[in-house]
Amino acid sequence: MSDAKEAVVGHGSWTPRIVAFFCNWCTYTAADLAGVSRLKYASNVRVIRLMCSGRVDPQFVVEAFAKGADGVLIGGCHPNDCHYVEGNYKMLRRYRLLQRMLGDMGIEADRVRLEWISAAEGEKVKWVINDMVEKVKKLGPLGMPGRFDRWDQEIEELEAQAREGEGKETVNEKQAEVAHA
Amino acid sequence: MIPKKHEPIRIGFYICHCGTNIAGMVDVEAVAKYVSALPNVAVSRTYKYMCSDPGQEMVREDILEHRLNRVVVAACSPLLHERTFRQAVEKGGINAFYFQMVNIREHNAWVHTDRAEATRKAMALARAGVQRVAFHKPLEVKRVPINPTVLILGGGIAGIHAALVLANAGKHVYLVEREPTIGGHMAKFDKTFPTLDCAACVLSPKMAAVGNHPNITLWTYSDVVKVDGFVGNFKVMVRRKARYILEDICTGCLECIEACVYKEPKFRDEFNLGFGKRKPVYISFPQAVPPVPLIDPQTCIELKTGKCKKTCVEACGDRKAIDLKQQEDLKEITVGTVIVSTGFKIFDAKRTPYYGYGIYPNVYNALEVERLVNASGPTGGEVVMRNGVTPKSVAVIHCVGSRDENTNRWCSRVCCLYSLKLAHLIHERTHAQIYNFYIDIRTPGKSMEEFYNRIAEEGMNLIRGKVADVYPDPSDGATGRLIVQAEDTLLGRILKIPVDMVVLAVGLEPHPDAADVRRKFNMSCSNEGFFLERHPKLAPVSTFTDGVFLAGCCQGPKDIPDSVAQAGAAAAEAFSLIDKGFIEQEPNTAFVREEDCSGCKSCIPLCPYTAISFLLDKRKAYINEALCKGCGTCVASCPSGSIVQNLFEDEEIFSEIEGVLAYE
Repeated sequence: MSDAKEAVVGHGSWTPRIVAFFCNWCTYTAADLAGVSRLKYASNVRVIRLMCSGRVDPQFVVEAFAKGADGVLIGGCHPNDCHYVEGNYKMLRRYRLLQRMLGDMGIEADRVRLEWISAAEGEKVKWVINDMVEKVKKLGPLGMPGRFDRWDQEIEELEAQAREGEGKETVNEKQAEVAHA
Repeated sequence: MIPKKHEPIRIGFYICHCGTNIAGMVDVEAVAKYVSALPNVAVSRTYKYMCSDPGQEMVREDILEHRLNRVVVAACSPLLHERTFRQAVEKGGINAFYFQMVNIREHNAWVHTDRAEATRKAMALARAGVQRVAFHKPLEVKRVPINPTVLILGGGIAGIHAALVLANAGKHVYLVEREPTIGGHMAKFDKTFPTLDCAACVLSPKMAAVGNHPNITLWTYSDVVKVDGFVGNFKVMVRRKARYILEDICTGCLECIEACVYKEPKFRDEFNLGFGKRKPVYISFPQAVPPVPLIDPQTCIELKTGKCKKTCVEACGDRKAIDLKQQEDLKEITVGTVIVSTGFKIFDAKRTPYYGYGIYPNVYNALEVERLVNASGPTGGEVVMRNGVTPKSVAVIHCVGSRDENTNRWCSRVCCLYSLKLAHLIHERTHAQIYNFYIDIRTPGKSMEEFYNRIAEEGMNLIRGKVADVYPDPSDGATGRLIVQAEDTLLGRILKIPVDMVVLAVGLEPHPDAADVRRKFNMSCSNEGFFLERHPKLAPVSTFTDGVFLAGCCQGPKDIPDSVAQAGAAAAEAFSLIDKGFIEQEPNTAFVREEDCSGCKSCIPLCPYTAISFLLDKRKAYINEALCKGCGTCVASCPSGSIVQNLFEDEEIFSEIEGVLAYE
């Protein structure tokens, strides 16, 4: 984390990248309503439309982080209002598990958020997005792609070290064999 | 990234200016230039209005000329124009689903203020669309036959009109109304603005037509319990409450009411808002449709104790229309489309206690006054107060429960005009001095301003000012005289006007159980609780549930002409679906790739439509495409990734994720 923050100081102009998965019937429509009502909110969120929040595969969230997202927002219909009866409950279950898993990976809880936003709640889209952008700004960049590079580098280095070590051992062994003979 | 196919992918990208709607906030030329450099993009253009004929024609021509096999349009919301562009793409000779829409208006240009940021975002979204479309597969739209029967929920003027339009066109209609009669609020009115023609004269013939129409099954005193299914094939459970009088046998002679052991009406008459009295066996009003009385189990001695002489049964005689053992009946019907026209409720004036409603007997709400001025009302059209006195001065207070931060913020649209109407009618009957207190007079609509001028010229006192307080006249407490205190904001003076009667022009609200109806039909409500239309301008009677339409005040306050117009529109929408004969279903269903399915069965209990079954011989899951509604919940949960959702395949979403993040 600290490395990433340092990297930002260099950049200076970092703004969070947030990927949002919105269900077609409630939250996506609410975002449309926010547009029609000309509400203004932070431009950091990029929305991906799905038919239902139940379609949000935890892999989508992990993939978004891996590809450089600083936060992931999931929007679905209110409990009891799902267009597909109960897809939002399925999402809620997955979300709870996912939060624990992401926590274990060192990703802060504020970086992934599940919100119920009905088709009429354009205002809620606005404040949820603004609030999330603020929170993620405070956390700073997640920088997973950079971390992957560093981890790859570390592993390569370790491998190289191990190879060197192996090389020496075999040489020693050979010498020992020779000496023995 | 791009799967190897026998032919190279050639994408056409189009970004719409939408006049200045998009181009004003997004540098469309820069986005087009950025996209033109992306892999597989053969053409990248901007155009003033992509949805116009020349815009669509440009797509078609480019497909032919540049051998495009994928198209991306960055414009408004796909909920608005996805279909338009799919058709344009199809005209160019490629499958309609080789198309992706990118929303840069509602989700971008309209909600951001920094042009550079908005342009950056548009580039990212465009890139996601371009990356995604490469994975698109050709799909076919499914056609499902539609049941031609229509359910109309609510028998006010909107429901009545919609029912007649459809029934006259030869379609079968179930009209379900929860009150014992149809007619709704309009049946309670005496005269209607701006023409001052009598409500009953225009409504009664329509009500009778509904009652007699061979294509209308009228179920009053009934409500919808449960709704299953989807457009074209809704299964609806209707509860028909026990009336204790058999509708198909009763002749409407009303002799049972005459013969009731209660010689005088004794119980609160709901239709007259408590001003009249009724017997346990009663009919709401003489012109009720169906013209069949009902027995109230709360007040009927026989139904309460079983110890009545049952003079009503005696009076009915051989007709045997009275069945005191009747039970409520659950009926299941199948309909293809639904029109919801459940109407409104009036604002409860007790929520504005400073006006004294429910405290001082001479404070009335407007609907009560409608009954008082009604020739067929409890007083025969005579305006007399609860103490039997004819008022000599009357204050009409506008905007009670409308345009008010503390109660309801919206304008109820009809109150100004009905207040003027009531002022006229009260004056006509009593020659009383009338004071109308208003915030603003709002009279939009044909002939409405002329009506206002006419009433103003009749010598009404129109005072611009919100009433602050209504309290008993300290000098004259015994007669119930009231003082209305307000600031005349045009003269800048505080007025304290003594009046005999106060009329509160209460606003319109959604029914308290609107949320239940909304859930049953999977609709949405706007913030104030009225049902939400699909689009405020372009789909004003449609909802987000296909095949469910709105009419009348359940969608928002409106007057009778607008309710009727909307009912006609809703009927036309339903009719256009029915007449087509089939529903086109978005091909976003899921299927199982059998070679990858491990047969773990974890998807099976997740499907709310029981579309997934287990093939015992193969030990694989199987999705019945006809039952699948395309939510994708099973796809997201399959541990082996063997379920694929058309239009939302994993690869498509992953490429979109990568696309939206790939910006500098």
